[in-house]
Amino acid sequence: MAKKHVSTTINGDEHEFLCHPQQTLLDVLRDELDLTGSKEGCATGDCGACSVLLDGRLVCSCLVLGVEAQDKNVETIEGMSSGSDLHPLQKKFIDLAALQCGICTPGVLVAAKALLARNANPSEEEVRFWLAGNLCRCTGYDKIVRAVMEVAAEARNTQ
Amino acid sequence: MDYVAPNSAQEVSQALSKEGAFALAGGTDLLVKLKTRMSVPQTVVDIKNVPRIRSIEKTGDSWWIGAATPCAEISEHADFAKDWPGVVEALSLIGSTQIQGRASLGGNLCNASPAADSVPALIAARTTCVISGESGEREVPVESIVQSPGKTSLKQGEFIVGFRLPLSANKSGDAYLRLIPRTEMDIAVVGAGVALSLDTSGKIAAIRIALGAVAPTQVVLSGLEDLCVGKEPNNDLIEKLVAIAEDACKPIDDKRGTVEYRKTIAGVLTKRAFSIALDRAKN
Amino acid sequence: MNDMTQTHLERELKIVGTRPERPDGVDKVTGRALFGADKSLPNMLVGRVLRSPHAHAKIISIDTSKAEALKGVKAVVTREDFEDLPSEFVPNGEMVVNFKDITRNIMAREKVLYIGHTVAAVAALDAEIAEKALQLIDVQYEILPHVLEISEAEKPDAPLLHEDMFTIGVNPTPKNASNIAKRVEFGFGDVEAGFKEADLVIEREFNTKPVHQGYIEPHACLASVSEDGQAELWCSTQGPFVVRNFCTKLLGMNRSQLRVTASEIGGGFGGKTVVYLEPLALALSKKSCRPVKMVMSRAEVLTSSGPTSGANVWVKIGVKNTGEITAGECVLKYQAGAFQGAPVGPGAMCAFAPYDLKNVRAVGFDIVVNQPKVAAYRAPGGPISEYGVESVLDEIALQLNMDPIDLRLKNAAKEGTTAPYGPKLGPIGMVETLEAAKAHPHYSAPLGPNQARGIASGFWFNIGGETSSSITINEDGTVGLTLGTPDIGGSRASMAMMASEELGIPMNVIKPIIGDTNSLGFNFVTGGSRATFSTGKTVVQSTRAAIDELKKRAALLWDVDVEQVEWADGHARLVGADEPKSLSLAQLAKEAGKTGGPIVANASINATGAGPSLATHIVDVEVDKETGKVSVVRYTAIQDAGKAIHPSYVEGQMQGGAVQGIGWALNEEYIFNEAGEMQNTGFLDYRVPVCSDVPMIDTVIIEVPNPNHPYGVRGVGETPIIPPLAAISNAVSRATNLRFNELPLSPPKVLSRIAKG
Repeated sequence: MAKKHVSTTINGDEHEFLCHPQQTLLDVLRDELDLTGSKEGCATGDCGACSVLLDGRLVCSCLVLGVEAQDKNVETIEGMSSGSDLHPLQKKFIDLAALQCGICTPGVLVAAKALLARNANPSEEEVRFWLAGNLCRCTGYDKIVRAVMEVAAEARNTQ
Repeated sequence: MDYVAPNSAQEVSQALSKEGAFALAGGTDLLVKLKTRMSVPQTVVDIKNVPRIRSIEKTGDSWWIGAATPCAEISEHADFAKDWPGVVEALSLIGSTQIQGRASLGGNLCNASPAADSVPALIAARTTCVISGESGEREVPVESIVQSPGKTSLKQGEFIVGFRLPLSANKSGDAYLRLIPRTEMDIAVVGAGVALSLDTSGKIAAIRIALGAVAPTQVVLSGLEDLCVGKEPNNDLIEKLVAIAEDACKPIDDKRGTVEYRKTIAGVLTKRAFSIALDRAKN
Repeated sequence: MNDMTQTHLERELKIVGTRPERPDGVDKVTGRALFGADKSLPNMLVGRVLRSPHAHAKIISIDTSKAEALKGVKAVVTREDFEDLPSEFVPNGEMVVNFKDITRNIMAREKVLYIGHTVAAVAALDAEIAEKALQLIDVQYEILPHVLEISEAEKPDAPLLHEDMFTIGVNPTPKNASNIAKRVEFGFGDVEAGFKEADLVIEREFNTKPVHQGYIEPHACLASVSEDGQAELWCSTQGPFVVRNFCTKLLGMNRSQLRVTASEIGGGFGGKTVVYLEPLALALSKKSCRPVKMVMSRAEVLTSSGPTSGANVWVKIGVKNTGEITAGECVLKYQAGAFQGAPVGPGAMCAFAPYDLKNVRAVGFDIVVNQPKVAAYRAPGGPISEYGVESVLDEIALQLNMDPIDLRLKNAAKEGTTAPYGPKLGPIGMVETLEAAKAHPHYSAPLGPNQARGIASGFWFNIGGETSSSITINEDGTVGLTLGTPDIGGSRASMAMMASEELGIPMNVIKPIIGDTNSLGFNFVTGGSRATFSTGKTVVQSTRAAIDELKKRAALLWDVDVEQVEWADGHARLVGADEPKSLSLAQLAKEAGKTGGPIVANASINATGAGPSLATHIVDVEVDKETGKVSVVRYTAIQDAGKAIHPSYVEGQMQGGAVQGIGWALNEEYIFNEAGEMQNTGFLDYRVPVCSDVPMIDTVIIEVPNPNHPYGVRGVGETPIIPPLAAISNAVSRATNLRFNELPLSPPKVLSRIAKG
């Protein structure tokens, strides 16, 4: 089957790519566009390492076809910082050691950003359930949850 | 494999009527099957461009939920969630936040898994689904769709456009509970959906209970009208419901649970979901 | 050794013990860090693996001709492409490997021994072609009866995996082959006499299932072999030098022909200390003369890389009414998977090691079954045996009506205690962790309905081993560190901190990197909780050597005797002179060309003197007695770190280990059908804990310094996975007034036990 032509917006930039219909958005990001920040931990939507925002909605890019990105707005970890300014979540994850090996970190950060965009004052339980689809095998989640809650609290205090 | 994304129900039906065509809504089941080669479609037909298929509307005496509406959008709809909290609980349990951003009621139903979380709650809520095919539309109860694991009653070229739920009556409540080993990210070992309403004296006016993951398809408990309508919702009645639920199960032993365990849990969840639905009906 | 003096006793620490940003932090939070699957090369092929559909079968023939003829297929490899290797046991950390087995595990030869065993590999232009090619490979099998469980495999008439396996460690060696590879025994005293002295003797049998490390990054590598046989390998590994040694041996290459570069590693926990894809990718690349990238699917990770053993554990402990243990005995049967090498040795060594016993015996058996070959997993063998011992101790405490911490304190191992595996222990923190546990507010907090509290302790040796690292003073006075142990959880930070502390310069001018196999002498893997200990020793040693050199350069510039120069706060200072003089590191670096050339130092050692790390964990669980579901509602981990270089990452190890242990205790297990096929080959049903499953994991770091490390480091990575198994089981037992002797404590199992009463 011939490749399909897809036009889409990724991290604010217009992109065009060709992909096989069966290629996932994750395959396209990693293999066609060299955006390897989104990781493949399972390819079945169970680990969240490939989390991206699709038109503002948190999804696993391994469960989206590349062709479905047509005319959509995709946000990946590569678009999280602006210039040399890290996103407050990125800074806090470093400050609080909320990562060890770092393979889950891009997905966790994208998911956490989506949470805070929706809920400025999440409880610990809300953070934990929101992030339940982001497996982390290193940290035991403690420092991740603390980092997300601290960023939320700091954002509330500065408003 | 080819991919098409037609803009009308008619075109979708035409595309789906071809051999090896699979409908794509949120893709959270289909893409897993593609990856594991459980499905090898010739064509994937993206149905998300069909009008009304991604919408939530209150129309006259019913709710319309488009079949491809992501679960996250449904649970964010405050009015619907107020009317059918049990249905919303059930559909919110389908996978992670990420899955919620894509998974849909149409997909959850047509994947035809006995463990689908939304289905028992939809059945308890007397939901119907509107099916579109080459010869037009038809509307059937949700429980008539799943025939066996992986198999639906949809004919070649047919797909579900949306679901219709009644507006919730006064003094009514619904609830869904499932048991999973973890707190999230698991497939239901057992699921139980209960919807009931009370009359002015607090006796049961109507009740429907459906179970998931305890038989090849969802199980609708039978004989409940005779047993419950006009009766006080007391412990005695609950114990009878538990016995009916346990008896109705025809489960299997598998990696997620044993026959014995599933039967017991079907009773426990029926009891607990009944209590929640009852509390909601009272308030 | 003068250059390894005890810095922590000498002076106030400025950096060590603080919590600076890790050097690789920004790369990791921006998606910039490159992991195993993140690198590509021009002209690259994709490799895929054909795996056995049978648990046990003879390979009659393999016909690859159709696959080779498929357009786009560039290379196919099978057993024909790997030389057979004779039996040769080589220690690999806490584990032992045998090249005869490794070559058969990476590519089946005479037989397939588990479902998922590699039979062939293909390199093609893309994944789709490679997968099509796999389907065209015709393998003829003669199916043999298989055996999955220890209880079946140990029977004399069981199907044999290896016809030449005669139990080692039994005198005389058995005449008949069996599936029991090895018997080990540790201990001393007279356990029978000890049991006779006891007022209470409890013996119990426990069973655990195989569990996987569950790293989120699947195995991945990129190999490139050129026409002249020179090879490059990029891979996700805990030990690039070990990968080089294994691969060159398996492929008949010289070590100098292969340069291995470790990618960032997305979790390992012991599972990335061996090779799976790497020799296949090299062989495919050698055949095709093109780069070959291979990445496992999650299902392949579970079915074809090594989990840790499922086991049967028998424990017998005698005590006096005072709580004094009179004797302890255990028999451990660990399944090794398809090839020998279950971690039963370390399991037996540490089973009773938290305690000071007069009479102790631990016997272990290493048993092969038709399952994937086990690999190291965080404190390999320890969690299983200590789960049994710590569970029996809890039952004893209940029967004696004694506080379980008091019972442990009464018998706690201390400095000078003879460990069950032989040596006298140096200073250790068993008593300190127990006392901290008892004093912790968690231990006396009220419990809710259906809740109960469990505690357990854990012991792990930690290891040292061959290590080499180097330091370079740059021309502007900044510093480069080249390390040989991959950074799996923040070790670049702790190494830079130690160098910063020694040099007296800010940490952010020190750049630590993980070198490739050409840049340093041999380094054993990041494993055995050895990186901060062993690599830390080399960093301190090489930094001190660099400081000595800097002092020499200052002496030269000042034209004084080097004895007159001291180093403090990043400066060489002239002492005993009329006029104080000082030169900063930057000034000295700038003058290096004039004073003898670049300043570099290397330290290469075989690190010894690792200090055991002890832990005590407290857990509160809530049991839903109608469904059997167990929830962890509060958790506290207390551990002796020796010295926490970067406390945040020490806490992280404790928290992560505790949660892996929670997973092992509650829901993780390999589930096989009768044919030997794993039923739960994804994260959906191989249930590692998710974020909402666990509470915050409170931590208390105890610091009883290890005298064999300049800062007192013990190593902390492994111990924290040991206590959770028994702590949770003990809590569930106390919540239900029943004893639980089987893991995982999944809802169906718990409810079934409650129903039995």
